[in-house]
Parts: sequence; structure tokens; C-alpha cells
Amino acid sequence: MIEVDRVSKVFGRGTSSVSALDDVSLRVDRGEIHGVIGQSGAGKSTLIRCVNRLETVSSGTIRVGGEDITRMHGPALRRARQQMGMIFQGFNLLSTRTVAANISLSLEIAGMPRAERRTRVEELLRLTGMTSRGDAYPAQLSGGQKQRVGIARALATSPAILLSDEATSALDPATTGTILDLLRSLNRELGLTILLITHEMEVIRRICHRVTVLEHGAVMESGAVSTLALRAESRVSRALFGTPQKDASDPQLHVVVPVDGEHAVAPLFAELSRRFSVEPRVVKGAVEAVGERPIGQFVLAFDPGVSEEPVRWLTRTYPGSVVL
Amino acid sequence: MAHPDVSRIGGAMNGLPLLDDRMRRLLLESTQETLYMVMWSALIAIAVGLPIGILLATTQRGGILAFPPVAWTLDFLVNIGRSLPFIILMVAIIPFTRAVAGSSIGTRAAIVPLAVAAIPFFARLAEGAILEVDRGLIEMVQAAGGTTWQVIAKALLPEAVPALVRGATLTVISLIGYSAMAGVIGGGGLGDLAYRYGYQRFRGDVMIATIVVLVVLVQGVQWIGNTIANRLQRR
Repeated sequence: MIEVDRVSKVFGRGTSSVSALDDVSLRVDRGEIHGVIGQSGAGKSTLIRCVNRLETVSSGTIRVGGEDITRMHGPALRRARQQMGMIFQGFNLLSTRTVAANISLSLEIAGMPRAERRTRVEELLRLTGMTSRGDAYPAQLSGGQKQRVGIARALATSPAILLSDEATSALDPATTGTILDLLRSLNRELGLTILLITHEMEVIRRICHRVTVLEHGAVMESGAVSTLALRAESRVSRALFGTPQKDASDPQLHVVVPVDGEHAVAPLFAELSRRFSVEPRVVKGAVEAVGERPIGQFVLAFDPGVSEEPVRWLTRTYPGSVVL
Repeated sequence: MAHPDVSRIGGAMNGLPLLDDRMRRLLLESTQETLYMVMWSALIAIAVGLPIGILLATTQRGGILAFPPVAWTLDFLVNIGRSLPFIILMVAIIPFTRAVAGSSIGTRAAIVPLAVAAIPFFARLAEGAILEVDRGLIEMVQAAGGTTWQVIAKALLPEAVPALVRGATLTVISLIGYSAMAGVIGGGGLGDLAYRYGYQRFRGDVMIATIVVLVVLVQGVQWIGNTIANRLQRR
């Protein structure tokens, strides 16, 4: 659905130039929620803005639905943009228009006749749970309600793709949750493809199928969220469970073992005991719901004199393990 | 003409509440002349100044119609217009006024220099009003597939309207002030009345009455402007 191929973006020229994106490639499949995570300044905002050409790439191509958006101009570009909705951190609602009129805006731009617009706006108010607020002005809404209006407006023309630029970053945790739930249900019910950027792993954990980690404009890792969460040394895993650490003076051997919550954990200990007669202590253990799949991580401590076999068996059976 | 003894104005104030019919008629006529000059010049200033303000705001570097030569040129012209005191501008453009209005004397003719002075004034205010609009709204319209014109018509202008109304209010009030000087070219109006009767003929009552009308006028315009702007604000 979206193919970003070796995209670089440099702002400015000569010695004062800043590289925002460095040879970035990623794929977003149809019906997928793909999260791009990174700290501020990592280039994620530039990346999403290149996808609908609010920003022009310096090199590389971006294909949306097979068409190269980096080469589009004028009416073709505007038509392509109408196939992608976008929601923003700051909501970007027109303060002088009512909720209904704000939603209607993208329909006006798409050239829909007035009578049809009214019915469509009604549908969208229902879809986003804003039915009773159509006549309100944005100033009368809470942050969460404003973002619902933003979502309704973005989806008004029934685009196949939704771009989300830090859509929940200005919201409190509870409201963030309801907006993420809304995005997930839109993804499921409408088959909406979502490319979102965020600096919060929480957003990735809750609704994203796949994730791309961006650092200093470059892709550090990319893949299914659950796959990365099951690799202890991945950035995703470290963001979810914390970076595994051990005092250098500690003579014990620590093994960080990611476990898939869909499999039983008990056999791990049973096997260690049966095969190698070792019984490690659990130093730390946590389980996080990744999407709806529980993924956990144990840090197991072995006594200093432990033989290599149980540790080797452990890292083989649980390939994402790390020995400290 | 020698300057009259200002202290003598006080003596004439005794008859203040009793403006005679002729003076009352003159006051009414002068008020109408002032309103006529101010309203027409304000309308022209807004009609011409708004597009200039839009261009000033949008053709700068980074604007949605980015074309700096246009921005520089307009900026330069607006600065020229803003740097001339009205009284000088009015006299300086007499040939132009004559060409446009057919005469350089009279209330109708005074509209020309008033409008010429108010156009750059309102253009600057309009530029500011438009630059104040959140850039995110521009991107929102662009992201929805809107044209540059739609950005202006659906986001920039509607969102700037409250500030534009405030700017228009300020322009009208400034024009009321400028219009007082239009008497110099026979423009008539309240300023002219205050000068000819209140000052030159020592009619303190006329002077005071003129001031009262001007104050009421300015207060009224400001109140109307504020009311409209606040109603449109929606925040």
C-alpha cells in the first residue's frame, strides 16, 4: 500500500544543511497499522509528511497504491492526497466552523454536492461517536473530542489510508486509550491502512501490527511488533521491558528470556530442572499485552558456577534471549 | 493669519448647550460628510488592502504562494504609503486625486487621498491577521487535497476574519482622524467645522460639540467592531 524506498531528505544547503532522513525504506501493507517510533528530531514527522508530499524528498521514491507520489504535481497530487486522510497532533480544526462544517471541509474540497455532504457528515459523526456535537464549535470540545472530529474529517472521503502525525501526543492517557481504540476499530471494520508516527511505545504496543524504529533519520529496526518484542536486544523490547542491566561486580549469570504468552511458561523451568538440574531464580518478570497478545520477559539468575549447557539450551530454545 | 488668543474660546463656551439651528444643521451636515468620506474610503481601503495583505502574507519566503519579489515590492510600496504623514500625502497626490475624482476639492475628492492612505494601513493589518493563522491549518487543507486558493478561501481568510474585523475597525477610526485634515482641500466634515468655526471664529460651543460627536463616533465604531469580532471569534 505504501512503499518508501531509500528516501533521503536534506534541509538547507551546503554547510548549514541538516539530514532529516537517511536512506529510509519501509513498507506498509494493506490493512496494516504501521507505527514509526522515534524521539523528537528522529525524522519521523518529516517521513510521514513526505508520504503525502507536504514535504518533498531529496532522493528516493514513495509509492502509494503503486503510484509514485514523489513525481506527482498539480491535480494528480491533489487527487492522490484525497486518497489519504491525515490527523494531527494539534487537531488543526477551523475555529470558526462547527464540528459538522469542519468534517464537511474535506468533502467540499473533494467537490461533493451540499446535500450529499450533509448525509455523509451525519454518518461520520456516528462513526466517531460525535452525533450530538455536530453544532458545537471546536473551542467547546475536549481534546479527545477534537481528535474525533479530526478523524471524522480525515475519513470523510473514504480514503484507504490514514496518516496519523502524533495524533494522541496532546491527549491524556485515558483519552489516548479511547482514540487508539477508535483507530483500531476503524482499521478492523473499514480495513483502513494506518501509518502513524509517535514517540510513545505505548501506542505501538496497543494498536500497531508492525513498527519501524527511527533514530537520527535512519531505520534502526523494522518488523512485526510481537517479533521485535520477543527479541531481548531489540529497541522495541528494551522500550517495553526496560534495558536489561547487571552490576559488573555481580558474579551471577543473568539470562534475559523473552516468552510468548501464547505458550506455557512452566515447561521452561521444568526442562531446566529435569535436563540440567538447575533451578534459576527469577530476578525480574513482566508481561505486556502487545496488541492482544501477551508477551513477557524473565530475567533468570544462575549461580556463578553454572555449566554452559543450560544457558546454551535456553538461548537456543528462546532465540531472543540475551546473556548478561 | 495670526493666531487668535486661545483663552477667548473659553468665553464663548457659555452658550454651549444652545447651538442655534444653523449650527446644528452645520454639525449634522459635517457629520454626514465625515461619515461619507470615512465609509467610502474605508470600503475602498478594505477592498484593495485585503488582496494586498493576502499577497504580502502569502508571497513571502515559505508562504503558500512564495514569490519573494512580489512580497518585497509590495512591502516597499506599503512602507512608502505608511511613511508619509497624511497631510503631506494629501497635498502630494493632488494631481492623482484630480485625475481620479475629476477635482481635487470637495468631500468626494477627499475620499481619494483618504483611501490612498488607508490602503497600506489596512494591508499591513490584514497581512498580520493572516500570518497569525496557525500554519497547521494550511497543511490540513493541503493534506486534504486542497488547492492554494482553497487554502486561502477556506482556512486563511475565515480564520483571520475576527482579526480582520478588528483591523477594519482600527482603519475606520484612523480615517475619522485623517478626515479631519481633509478640510484643507475643502473636504468638509467635522474637522473642517471644528477648525473654521471652533478655532477661527472662536466658537467654543461648536468646538465642544464637534469633539462630542467625534468621541461618540469613535466609541460607537469601536464598540460595533468589538461586538462583531467577538461574535465571530468562537473561542
